[in-house]
Amino acid sequence: MEVNDALVQNLANLARLQFNDQEKEIIKNDLQRMIQFVDKLNELNTEGVEPLLHMTDAINVLREDEVKGSISREEALKNAPDSDGTFFKVPKVIKKQD
Amino acid sequence: MSINYDEYEIVVGLEVHAQLLTNSKLFCGDSAAFGGDPNTHISPITLAHPGTLPKLNKKAITYAVKIGLACNCSITRHNYFARKNYFYPDLPKGYQLSQHTTPVCQGGFVTIRTQEGTRDIRLNRIHMEEDAGKSLHDVDPNNTCVDYNRAGVPLVEIVTEPDIHSGDEAYAYLTELRKLLRYLEICDGNMEEGSMRCDANISVRKKGDTKLGTKVEVKNLNSIRNVKRAIEFESKRLIDILESGEKVIQQTRSFDAGNGTTFALRTKEDANDYRYFADPDLTPFVVTDELLHEVRASIPALPEERVVRYTQELQLPDYDARVITDEKELAVYFEQIIEHTKNYKAAANWMLGPVKSWLNETGGSITAFPVPPATIAALIALIDSNQVNFSVASTKLFAALLKEPGKQPLQLAKELNLLQDSDEGNVAAWIEEVLNKMPDKVAEYKKGKKGLIGLFVGEVKKVSKGKADPKLTNDILLKKLQ
Repeated sequence: MEVNDALVQNLANLARLQFNDQEKEIIKNDLQRMIQFVDKLNELNTEGVEPLLHMTDAINVLREDEVKGSISREEALKNAPDSDGTFFKVPKVIKKQD
Repeated sequence: MSINYDEYEIVVGLEVHAQLLTNSKLFCGDSAAFGGDPNTHISPITLAHPGTLPKLNKKAITYAVKIGLACNCSITRHNYFARKNYFYPDLPKGYQLSQHTTPVCQGGFVTIRTQEGTRDIRLNRIHMEEDAGKSLHDVDPNNTCVDYNRAGVPLVEIVTEPDIHSGDEAYAYLTELRKLLRYLEICDGNMEEGSMRCDANISVRKKGDTKLGTKVEVKNLNSIRNVKRAIEFESKRLIDILESGEKVIQQTRSFDAGNGTTFALRTKEDANDYRYFADPDLTPFVVTDELLHEVRASIPALPEERVVRYTQELQLPDYDARVITDEKELAVYFEQIIEHTKNYKAAANWMLGPVKSWLNETGGSITAFPVPPATIAALIALIDSNQVNFSVASTKLFAALLKEPGKQPLQLAKELNLLQDSDEGNVAAWIEEVLNKMPDKVAEYKKGKKGLIGLFVGEVKKVSKGKADPKLTNDILLKKLQ
């Protein structure tokens, strides 16, 4: 798999990250090495081997349906970048239609 | 040139999101209730603070399996949640937890009934996922305001195959599905409040074509009727596009309930790249035999099963059976009446008549209906034993019972002087009075106009204020008029 500028740009868009040209070069290089590593792993024959999705054998770690553990609005809004005391405020998502 | 719409086949797949009626959220203990003050049902887990760990709500699994069994799905035993990655302010984690790869229910169908007959709408899957928060765009002119109460509330997404071919079929499917959700008591099915939401994927193709046409997705359908309207409008719009020689573009559209049209929200340039992968913070879950049996045993008799029983065992007309089974609570009430009477048809008539009228007038639910089922059975017994006639029972006596639901019908009928009079002397006296009043009619009757008997009976009913035993009235009348 070729790591080119377009791929880096697409990944940056998906991750909402911005890089300057110099950073892009470094990232391109890093990505290339990661992919080489995975390509190497791909050489192994894994036929009949279930993918390892979880790192423990634990299953059914479940909760009862009980209401508990909520925090107050004041506490919750403490870490909000912007708020009016009731809502979290974020930049306009939908542009006003004229 | 006019367009022949009948040359086209409409193909619709529906995605229904149903909020599960759990007390708490899917992965943490915040309340899942609707309508709390903004940002009061939230915790560090809901807000995706670093170091927090989600834990799956057992009840949600039970509910998802329940609707799956009711829809004849096969149940997936080994499940895990995947992360669906995208950025939007109402999604604090930057990903939605969804059973994308292992839906807990697969296949299955919902049987619908339209004027064309009975048909099974095939399901593709039912899976669990978490709801997003709510973005408010009109509170503040310069910002979007976000309320995270809804973020993490458990949903099941119920996805049909592209198996629906008209607005009417969509209407029937959603009505049936909502009935099932309510019977199982796992979702309140309120589309206006958004506890049940529906998106429609709509395409059209020439009849006989096997390849699906380009689809559009229509959102913001806040009632079952609007889903039907949107399908009817949108399919016609798509046919018009094709007939004008143009191509349908794949896009997301919104339904405007005000004028019944749709408008474009966004065009899908390229498929979204959600980069699904198994969530490492949650353990997989397994639907055990034990759980499966437990859930199966907890499923009440579903509408279809009850209809079969009512029509076959109780010999009720299909229409009666369907109206009574429309809501589980109605069916339960009916079944409580017939614990006290064998006159099943009379019980059904009371349900469809006076009881339904009361529900319509008050807008209330049967659970708020004051008269106990046994009392309705007692009313039926009064009529069957000729002590009260139906019209008096269903009007005067019923109205009195609504005011004093604790009283026995017989007692109340006595107090209100509504009991039928079966005393031959009294009935004969009323008849005498009527016949004396209208000698010309009597003469006509005797000349052969036998239809006048109805008039005499009606008059006797009037002068006796409905108390004259109708059968006795008839017998004595016939004798006197000989």
